[in-house]
Amino acid sequence: MLTPVLSDNWDQIRSWQLASYQRSGGYDALKTALRMQPADVVTAVKDSGLRGRGGAGFPTGMKWSFIPQDNPNPKYLVVNADESEPGTCKDIPLMLASPHTLVEGVIISAYAIRASTAFIYVRGEVLHVVRRLQQAVEEAKAAGFIGTDILGTGYDLDVIVHAGAGAYICGEETALLDSLEGRRGQPRLRPPFPAVAGLYGCPTVINNVESIASVPAIINNGPDWFASMGTEKSKGMTLYSLSGHVTRPGQYEAPLGITLRQLLDLAGGVREGHTLKFWTPGGSSTPLLTGEHLDVPLDYEGVGAAGSMLGTKALQIFDDTTCVVRSVLRWTEFYKHESCGKCTPCREGTWWLVQILERMEAGKGSEEDLETLLDLSDNITGRSFCALADGATAPITSSIQHFKDEYLAHFTNGGCPFDPMASTLFATAGASA
Amino acid sequence: MAENHTTATNKTVPYSTGDSKITDTTIAELRELAGRYPVARSALLPMLHLVQSVEGRITPEGIEACADVLGLTGAEVSAVATFYTMYKRRPVGDYHVGVCTNTLCAVMGGDLIFERLKQHLDVGNDETTEDGKITLEHLECNAACDYAPVMMVNWEFFDDMTPESATQLVDDLREGTEVKSPRGATICTWREAERVLAGFPDGRADEGPTGGKATLAGLRLARERNWTAPASNHSGGSPELRDTVSPEAASGPRPGDQPGKESGTGSPATPDSRKED
Repeated sequence: MLTPVLSDNWDQIRSWQLASYQRSGGYDALKTALRMQPADVVTAVKDSGLRGRGGAGFPTGMKWSFIPQDNPNPKYLVVNADESEPGTCKDIPLMLASPHTLVEGVIISAYAIRASTAFIYVRGEVLHVVRRLQQAVEEAKAAGFIGTDILGTGYDLDVIVHAGAGAYICGEETALLDSLEGRRGQPRLRPPFPAVAGLYGCPTVINNVESIASVPAIINNGPDWFASMGTEKSKGMTLYSLSGHVTRPGQYEAPLGITLRQLLDLAGGVREGHTLKFWTPGGSSTPLLTGEHLDVPLDYEGVGAAGSMLGTKALQIFDDTTCVVRSVLRWTEFYKHESCGKCTPCREGTWWLVQILERMEAGKGSEEDLETLLDLSDNITGRSFCALADGATAPITSSIQHFKDEYLAHFTNGGCPFDPMASTLFATAGASA
Repeated sequence: MAENHTTATNKTVPYSTGDSKITDTTIAELRELAGRYPVARSALLPMLHLVQSVEGRITPEGIEACADVLGLTGAEVSAVATFYTMYKRRPVGDYHVGVCTNTLCAVMGGDLIFERLKQHLDVGNDETTEDGKITLEHLECNAACDYAPVMMVNWEFFDDMTPESATQLVDDLREGTEVKSPRGATICTWREAERVLAGFPDGRADEGPTGGKATLAGLRLARERNWTAPASNHSGGSPELRDTVSPEAASGPRPGDQPGKESGTGSPATPDSRKED
């Protein structure tokens, strides 16, 4: 049922240190990969079926193959470790427990695309993760895995750990590149795509932490092994993160295609005495689902067919004590705060969405406001450079679809009918909505 | 709720106070950061973290120093400094205390914790206590949702918080009691933390556990039930050694295992017992 691969060494003593990682077979994959031709490494990752774990699900090996090797400019690998999508909490524990899994993946991936410098762009608000990444890179340098003439192969690579400074938008790959160039983090118009003109205008691959961290296991065990897990178009194992009103929240590594019903069963179910009300399959930017969707296969196709997106597999579980209007308002305030301001529909639209939702939550709205919200959402989504705007409207449109009555209840009730204490972790027994 | 999250605008931002701490050493370190990148300007975010570690905030002198090193104008550097939430124009206290009020943490209790701390410390959002010890700020999602409600002190995790544990935490910080993150190191000052983020390690990476209880929840279950990934028949498979399981994982589920009851670490205060080799 569960298939720990990425998380398999997390219970080892000092699993973040090189010595511990190597006792679990760490850096064997690097030695194997460096004996292969770079193009064969790309082929192996392509054949494995690995798709991007940062949310979009783009095939990783295909992304690598877009790097024009006849381009005379340097090539760069950039790891997106700016984990900040609400609900998403998989890369941070991975980097805390086993930063070397990522670092080994970085070296192999950089070798595959023939990059001379790789960057790990980690959000700044996670001090201990930054410490462990810095130490892991230093250990790898001292061991000769990073630097010049790595393991006598003639391959040179520098790896730089780069801390961000607090901006959700920098998780968007082109905004991340601007930020890494020392600018405001604002998305770029595409094309050109980063594979052709990315960092400093040079060919650049940007991958999520979990995607890169999956590479050593693929090289070690082979693409067929990886593809033997998961579903037809969504191969391999992945980290599912359960949070919220669930008995044992946490990281559950399973093959793609497991269902929420199965995961909840493993995690001890929804908080005792309560029932599932709504959940996100992959962070707040993926449309809400409900108890009707417990048996949806959590792979790219299955969640897509249910009207949402697999996203980051951040399963935020909300039980019957949670007010959906309050939840959506708070997410909308988040998108308003994090909109970079470049595109007008997003910059202005998210402010209007917050104003209307605030009025509604206070019980001062009307049914007409619901129409306005949907109309606004329609004018925001798909009309900006990046997907932040689309993400901002996802909770609104999906919550109105599933919970219109609850919005109406706020009007008839003259305010929120829920007790905010009842939904808390420290709610006293017997407290209810 | 939104108005409670607003930063006070009636408090002036000091421009230059004439007591900049930037020295020749700082300039040398700014140059060192710039030299680490293929293109020097890439170092600007780390350089601004370094300015904060020296100045306690982003000062006009700090902006000019970055501009000089990188050959930019002050306006170009200011444009970057004002974009990112972690860069502060007002002086930050010794301890930056963040409370996540994004949806999941808010629902799980973050809103009530934030309200309690505002009262307890008598400050608003993004304000510092009169003794200069604590700056309180509400945060957006900090990627620890499986430990909700989450707080951060100088960007170290504090998991499964309650209003009571939150007030205790800030009281301890104000009194100078040593405080440890359940998934990190002993809490240093905000300026010291900023220096690490700038790219100057402080040697504390080995403090703290591999992960908390939620981090290991799935792995523990897999171990209990002997679930593994499929065996590989590919050459070069990795050897599996199982003789070095750390105590916090080996202890398995405990009677008190409920969300929020133990924040994940069996023995965060005893790193020595996990010595190896």
